Amino acid sequence: MQILEFVKQNRLYLDGGMGTLLQAAGLKPGESPETWNLTHPDVVIGIHRDYYEAGSHVVNTNTFGANLLHFSEAELDEIITAAVANAKAARDSAHAEHPRWVALDIGPTGRLLKPYGDFDFEEAVAVFAHTVKLGVRCGVDLIMIETMNDSYETKAALLAAKENCDLPVIVSNAYGEDGKLMTGASPSAMTAMLEGMGADIIGVNCSLGPKAMLPIVEEYLRCASIPVLAKPNAGLPKMVDGKTVFDVNPDEFAAVMAEMVKKGLRAAGGCCGTTPAHIRAMTETLQNLPVVPVEDKNRTVVSSYTHAVVFGDSPILIGERINPTGKKRFKEALRENDIGYILNEGIRQQEKGAHILDVNVGLPEIDEPALLESVTCELQAILDLPLQIDTTDPVAMERALRRVNGKALINSVNGKEESMRTIFPLQKKYGGVAVALTLDENGIPETAEGRTAIAEKILAVAAEYGIAQKDIIFDTLAMAISADPGAAQATLGALRTIRHTLGCHTSLGVSNISFGLPDRSGINSTFFALALENGLSAAIMNPDSVDMMKTYYAYRALHGMDDHCADYIAFASTVVPAVPAAAAAGSVPAAPAPEESRSALQKAIVRGLGTQAAEATGELLLTTEPLSIVSDEIIPALDLVGKGFEEKTVYLPQLLMSAEAARSAFEVIKNFMLSSRGETTARYPVVIATVHGDIHDIGKNIVKLLLENYGFAVTDLGKDVPPAEIADTVVRLHAPLCGLSALMTTTVPAMEETIALLRDKAPWCKIVVGGAVLTKEYADRIGADKYAKDAMETVRYAETLL
Amino acid sequence: MIHTYTYTRISPPLREICRYAGCPEPGEAETAQIHACLAEAEGKLACRVCFTELPLPWDKLPADSRSLQVYLTGCSRILLFGATIGLETDRLIARYGRISPVKSLFFQAIGAAAIEELCDTFCRDMEQAYAPARLKPRFSPGYGDVPLTLQRDIFALLDCPRKIGLTLNESMLMSPGKSVTALVGIQDPSETI
Repeated sequence: MQILEFVKQNRLYLDGGMGTLLQAAGLKPGESPETWNLTHPDVVIGIHRDYYEAGSHVVNTNTFGANLLHFSEAELDEIITAAVANAKAARDSAHAEHPRWVALDIGPTGRLLKPYGDFDFEEAVAVFAHTVKLGVRCGVDLIMIETMNDSYETKAALLAAKENCDLPVIVSNAYGEDGKLMTGASPSAMTAMLEGMGADIIGVNCSLGPKAMLPIVEEYLRCASIPVLAKPNAGLPKMVDGKTVFDVNPDEFAAVMAEMVKKGLRAAGGCCGTTPAHIRAMTETLQNLPVVPVEDKNRTVVSSYTHAVVFGDSPILIGERINPTGKKRFKEALRENDIGYILNEGIRQQEKGAHILDVNVGLPEIDEPALLESVTCELQAILDLPLQIDTTDPVAMERALRRVNGKALINSVNGKEESMRTIFPLQKKYGGVAVALTLDENGIPETAEGRTAIAEKILAVAAEYGIAQKDIIFDTLAMAISADPGAAQATLGALRTIRHTLGCHTSLGVSNISFGLPDRSGINSTFFALALENGLSAAIMNPDSVDMMKTYYAYRALHGMDDHCADYIAFASTVVPAVPAAAAAGSVPAAPAPEESRSALQKAIVRGLGTQAAEATGELLLTTEPLSIVSDEIIPALDLVGKGFEEKTVYLPQLLMSAEAARSAFEVIKNFMLSSRGETTARYPVVIATVHGDIHDIGKNIVKLLLENYGFAVTDLGKDVPPAEIADTVVRLHAPLCGLSALMTTTVPAMEETIALLRDKAPWCKIVVGGAVLTKEYADRIGADKYAKDAMETVRYAETLL
Repeated sequence: MIHTYTYTRISPPLREICRYAGCPEPGEAETAQIHACLAEAEGKLACRVCFTELPLPWDKLPADSRSLQVYLTGCSRILLFGATIGLETDRLIARYGRISPVKSLFFQAIGAAAIEELCDTFCRDMEQAYAPARLKPRFSPGYGDVPLTLQRDIFALLDCPRKIGLTLNESMLMSPGKSVTALVGIQDPSETI
């Protein structure tokens, strides 16, 4: 019988702890349990057999750490072959009547994935894939991915399993006492991602005893539409007579497992400290309890690496600002690979209240697949919002979906054959909720009925790909009422039918409605209110628009979704014009006192007040040439602060606050110049990077900020950058200066290697180095042109090259 | 046996944060900024420690290390621990790295002060637990002539990734960044006399 067939009608019993039993049999601390498959097969087979005979249907091979990070290819082959043979020997020799299967056990690698670790996502997929292929070759019945405490690594492992076999996959995560994975994911987020990617059974193991695990299991049962498993530890370890024992005995263990089963748990076993006695007590206690059916929770849900966003009654705001369409400044940022600008757009929208971020980086002259992938990774490194991947390029779509740490919105599919044929397989593989536009080969139907008919067609085709209705939301296409007075009514009519008759969720790019009209925000926000009333679930909108946000908060208050109108009141307090000056500053200068003769802009920069600096710059631009503002106002103010820093009367944070204020001023000037002339001029290009193997970038970011303040065009390659990438960039830009940073003694050799390569490929380029471990002597020894002890010194050096 | 402790009330002293940020005497603007950062970091520290006790000699300790010989004089056993404040501080540092280096700097300082505070708190707890034995000040790989590669053995023994979500990369860097591994020499009363 196939295991998934069995699970439909029955409860599945899993095995218990392995490590603790091996230790009892003599495994030393720090010794690898996997090698015991070869050295002590009788012990391993004995443990497996005891579990089968205690009632386990599934036993995990002794391969928790069996991967290429811990073993050579040859060793790994030997270990997995032996491990599967041991489990099969136990299965075949066990005295038991119930069906029995062997699961290939896959544990975490112990390495953290980028960007916070140094382990690349694709490298992780490849490591897991290797283990999966060996297991499949040896004939395991299913794959068990377990004890994963990072959502991204879990995704890599599941992807590896799905790409290399058709076997059922069980995925189990390890949660802390705070109910989250070590890297932050909630059960609701993990459920969304794993179900979306097609895991067969999901759940929780390790870290916690049964009682502490109960609330997490309940959360899984509330969210999941597939069977849920639990494998708790036997409580906490304690030392008795020099031996490690766990404090939950078999009967106590079985009693809590029974509680979980009554709530709907469909697969039960144990983890650290549990023994065949625990499993036997559990199977005996559970045998007469009814099997609770698995219900489809019918959740339309997307997720980030921390949390899930569920489509329901309260409207969802999808921030639209990460999109170059009609935005000169954004286009320039894309061309210059100015990721910082894009990230800032993301952070700002989150602060304004967006729940999901639309990500669109499509420009004809750029490599969209590469950029969409990197922007996706960069955004999810610093923001915990789910993303809506917005592209018409299927290659870009796939690369971004692959790297999303969660379940994304896919923008978009439509009723055209080709679109559905391209998008649905990607959605099936990577998970996601697709935004479906109600148009097809014949265009956009003018009537609500026509659009609803396309929606029905899309649902039918999605079903053929195994995609459920809950994973499609419909965009009934807001069209300009300036061109067609009936446009809004058709959109709203289709919205109503799709939401209330078909029962699907909906989304709209609201602002299209007002195209071609003056004062668009009035139309937009009123249309937004109408659409919400007609069944709109989510709006792609500009969170900076006060009118739209007013509608959002008012709608929630009017529909009783906002207790005591608290959110509305909090929002209203932010839009009331603030008391000027003193309140906005919120502080008194600590930097050197500006002389009375200085301008408002200079005072703002010296005091480190960004908003005031931007305002003062705006006023100056009415009367003064942009470049004279830079040379006569900004640079002298920065020099004043910089001099104070060099003389140690100003501290680093003060210098940085001034630099950030100056950057606000520059941003205003840059926008002004873009709108008047279409381009800006810089002093010369500088390439900076934290070297390969090092992930510290605070110092490098400070250098970048100051160099930009002084007008240099800085290309920041980020951290952990291979020598070749640095050299290639210097050559491409013909940069006269390259700055390298390293914090660790262990990464200075990478710096030396980078310098050697630069000398070879770009002999014209001066190299300035810095970082905690460097000294002048060290810098000389590895062949740098200049050692800069801090960011100001780097700026001074850069100026000497002019 | 490896124990795991979770600390929910670690709050780094303002003085230390300022010291790590390089402004021992912050003005009002800096102080306001630090408080804003502290408010943002509120609830984001996930302080965890895993530890075990080992008898000496431990064969993984570099036998030829002069620093260790001096440090372990009079000790017959050691505590070995790994501590981390979790990944959220790294995320905050990164989030502001590109858009507000000053906030990034303050989060970096908050994290540095927090991990020190965590280690101090843990070591104080251990001092109480081990009294009347005396605990020496903690000693980390990289101090004196003790190589960073000792980290590999500490990680293998303490199972840090699984116990507290602490990982080690190939350059011996730990992630989360604000983390410490260390050993603590234990001097039993009879040995100290």
